[in-house]
Formats: sequence, structure tokens, C-alpha cells
Amino acid sequence: MELRGKAHCFGDDVNTDYIISGKYKFKTLDMKELAKHVMEDLDPDFARKVQPGDFVVAGRNFGCGSSREQAPLALLNAGVGAVLAQSFARIFYRNAINTGLPVVVCDTSLIESGDELVVDLEKGLLQNLTKGKEIPIKPLPPVMLKILSDGGLAAHFRKYGTFHL
Amino acid sequence: MSMTITEKILAAHAGKDRVSPGELINCRLDLVLANDVTAPVAIKEFSKLGLDRVFDPDRVALVPDHFTPNKDIKSAELALCVREFARSYGITNYFEVGKMGIEHCLLPEQGLVLPGDMIIGADSHTCTYGALGAFATGVGSTDLAAAMALGECWFKVPESMKFIYHGKMRPWVGGKDLILYTIGDIGVDGALYRAMEFTGEAIQDLSIEGRLTMCNMAIEAGAKNGILAPDEKTKAYVEKRAKRPYRFYYSDPDAAYVEVKEYDVSQIEPQVAFPHLPENSRPVSEAQGIELDQVVIGSCTNGRIEDLRVAAKILKGRKVHPRLRVIIIPGTQEVYLQALREGLLETFVEAGTVVSTPTCGPCLGGHMGILAKGEKALSTTNRNFVGRMGHPESEVYLCGPAVAAASAVTGMITHPEEVMGDAD
Repeated sequence: MELRGKAHCFGDDVNTDYIISGKYKFKTLDMKELAKHVMEDLDPDFARKVQPGDFVVAGRNFGCGSSREQAPLALLNAGVGAVLAQSFARIFYRNAINTGLPVVVCDTSLIESGDELVVDLEKGLLQNLTKGKEIPIKPLPPVMLKILSDGGLAAHFRKYGTFHL
Repeated sequence: MSMTITEKILAAHAGKDRVSPGELINCRLDLVLANDVTAPVAIKEFSKLGLDRVFDPDRVALVPDHFTPNKDIKSAELALCVREFARSYGITNYFEVGKMGIEHCLLPEQGLVLPGDMIIGADSHTCTYGALGAFATGVGSTDLAAAMALGECWFKVPESMKFIYHGKMRPWVGGKDLILYTIGDIGVDGALYRAMEFTGEAIQDLSIEGRLTMCNMAIEAGAKNGILAPDEKTKAYVEKRAKRPYRFYYSDPDAAYVEVKEYDVSQIEPQVAFPHLPENSRPVSEAQGIELDQVVIGSCTNGRIEDLRVAAKILKGRKVHPRLRVIIIPGTQEVYLQALREGLLETFVEAGTVVSTPTCGPCLGGHMGILAKGEKALSTTNRNFVGRMGHPESEVYLCGPAVAAASAVTGMITHPEEVMGDAD
């Protein structure tokens, strides 16, 4: 699974309320509608700027806070191709994989907004084309890679009828 | 080979003799739960699986607590979705308004979560149940949908982090103060992916309510679960409520911990967490005098009878400061009724507070107490993120019920001793 896009950088502890504010997420199950407001308290122009396949790049503890899947779903529906961070809050991490949003743990200090990136999840490699650097990524547990490549947990489940550990 | 309580519960539910941190396992679940915000997404995912039944209608709990009684048409539609699903799949533990309470207050009280259980919930504060010696963790709606189908979920065995609380707590210090102090020490990702195991003399001294408060906020340090050893208090709490067998697990004395933290609780003052992270906790003496617009006492963190008793002790015979709105929310109907019988509700109303039906409402900026731009609230809830209780330029300070009640009287953040003297 090779992903390619531009970086949009954020800081540490980006919580689920920043990803999609509570005032929107309880109102609707329409993720396209939610996607218009993704990350807006941190960057009001983000939803307009992000191109399909672009990366959200952050520091530590991305996605802390609530368990609601609206957070990864809003990012996915905004066209975000993957989230790259130094570390993730665990519920967000699981939710992202389950909904088919790739999440990558790596040293994001070597990435700036606007950098062109290529990520290979199987090979565990991230290339920063702009900076001409290769950054190692922490490989996903096999079960997560399997769920992700099947297109999320619902698709995985339809395929196997259970968890295929 | 020795194991922690968390590892023992995981091993037992994976059908293994032992498990080690980092291992991926498949576990049988004793209960799965969701609320009116997370269940609709889970139901949508569940319907994609093409099944006509849940794994066990007695082991799925659906608690519409976030926006009920229905706040508006949208929330009414979400609640309707949960109600219709509960009816058509014969879900035994669906709690309609009138029986409904805040999920993490309600399920322990109803005896639906028990020592030794393996529980997942589509709500991040599901970790609360660790206070009874269970493994409980929050998941998203898709994990929950698969769990409703299979009665199983996969897990990575977490490393355990041990917290030892020595000594005797000072007056007006409770479980909320210990957990805010702890998060202040280790940070909001200080226990990321780990099990937080709470031990020591002060934990034994805590009531079940205080223990539920501590485990409730394990997620605010990034933990997978919070847990503590069951004891006589646990037994007394669960034996009159349990509707099925349960089992006590204990960590082996030589179990392995990735990190051990020790605290002398006699040095810990009542705590206040400043905006905008729970890790910004400080002794209340450093927060004295911050003027407030609203005080909230309730939530899955502090909406239990003991919390209301502490608040009533301070509010008895006193009046809420005229500048303030004070909202008190009993966590469940049972708590509400008990507070009524003990005269606590009379105390609250006479003091000039408003007492609400159980709801998560204001904690997440949902309804029943939203903040305007520039307003400050002091709240016994669990999160003080930007805009959590309303306008992005409002501020939330977190504390326990004693500080909240004392501050309700003075209109500014106040140590309970200021209002009560030295009497505890």
C-alpha cells in the first residue's frame, strides 16, 4: 500500500474535539457534512486546502479524548490519506484502522507543512521527497495491516466472518 | 510465571494460561455497551455485517445518556435509532428515559459489570469499571459492532504501570484529587497504551465511588485501562447487585511493571486542573480567587451518591453566590432517589442550585449548561479541552465535589476549609 501526498503539520495532543468539534459531531451521521469542519479550530482553512491523499502530520498523542469514530471518519471524508504522528491515543488508532484510515508512527520532526511524502506501509518506509530524506516507520501489527488492507473492520469481517488474527 | 491482574483477566478471556505485554490475543467479552452518540454509528456498521442477531441480547447494554431527554430533533433521531435497534434485537439492557442514568454510574449500580469481567464500550470512559477489578476499555463504534456480532474482540496485551498511594488522605481529598494529581505528574499521555494499576493504603481507604472516579480518568492519561484489586468493599458492593457469577483476580507479588510511581497522599491538597488539559492540575491553594460563572457537579466521574453527600455537606444552610449558576446532576435514578430520601436535593434547591435528571449533557457541551464566550466553569467532569463545555473561548477547570461546592458558595475557586473551617 503506497500513499503519496503533501504534509499538513499540527502539534502535540491534537484531541478528538479539535479533529471534529463536538458541536457538529453529535448532530449528524453525514460524514461529508462533518468533513467540512475537520480541524477547523486549529486551522480554519484546512478542509478547503487539503487535497485527496494529503497527510495530517502531528506530534505526540494524536487523537486523545473521545472514542467517537466521527474523528477518523471526518478525516477520511475530507480526503486525508493518512495521519503521521510521533504517537497516537489508542482508541483513535484502532478506530482509524477499523474505518480504513492509515495511521503511521514515525519521527515527524523531520517533516514540514507542504513537504511531498511517499509512505509504503508494507515496507515500513516513509520518503520525504522535498527534503530528500528517508524516515523509518513503526510497522503496523499484522492484524491491523490486514484489516486496513481489507478496507476496514466491516469489510474484513464480511470476508472472514471473524477476526483473522 | 507471575502476572498482573490485567494480564490474568486477559489470559482467562483468551483461553490461555498466561499472556505477556505486546501479545495479540482474541478475548471473549462479558459485556459490550454503547450510548446514544456511539450506538447509531455501531448499528450502521452492524447492519453492514448482514446478521440477524447479536451474540447475546443479555450482554449488550445500550444507554441513551448523552442527549436525553432528547435535546433536539437530531438527538431524538439518534435516540430513536437506538430504541428501534434494542426492540428489534431484543436487547435486555436497554435503558429508556426514566430508567436511564449516566452509563458508567448505571452499569456498576445495576450489577451488569462485575469483578473479573472483560468489558468493552463505545465510550472512552468505559475504563471506569476497573474499579471493581474488571478489565474495561473504550473502543470505537466499528469495534463495538463486531463485538455485538461475535462477543469477542482482539487486544494487544498492555504493559502495566503501578501507582502506589501511601499514607492517609487529608480532609476534603478524594479519588478525584488523587487522579488529577497523578495525571498532573505523568501527563495526558503518561500511561499511553498501558494499564494503570492503583494500589496502596489510600486506595484501600477509598470508597467504591472514589475508586470508580479514579479508574474513570485513566483514559485522561492515555491508558488502555485503569484497575485495582478487589477487596471486602468490592464484595459488599457487588454481592447484592450481581446477577451472574464473578471472580476476583489479584496481581502476583512479583508481577512485572514497566514503571512504578509512588505518592505520599498526606502531601496532596484538593486539586484543580486548569484549562485546557487535565494534566494542568495544581493544589487548590494556587487556584484560589479565580472568579466563576458556572459550577457543575455530576458526570460519570463524580455523579454518585458519595459525591452528592460531600456537596450537600458544604451547601447545607448556605447559598449559592448570586453571580453563579450551579447545576447538580445525580448520575442515575437510584442516586437521585437516594439523594431525595437523604434530604440532599432539598439542601441543593434551598441553596439555589438546579438539580437535573441524569444526563451527560454539559460535560461535553451537549446541553443543560453550555458556556458563552469568555465564561469560566468549575466542573467535577473529566475533560477541560478547548470548547469542551461550549464556546471555544470559554474555560473549564476540573475538581472534585468538595472544591466545587465550596466554590459555589463563594463564587470563586475556593478550598473547602475556607467555607467549612477545619471540620471535615
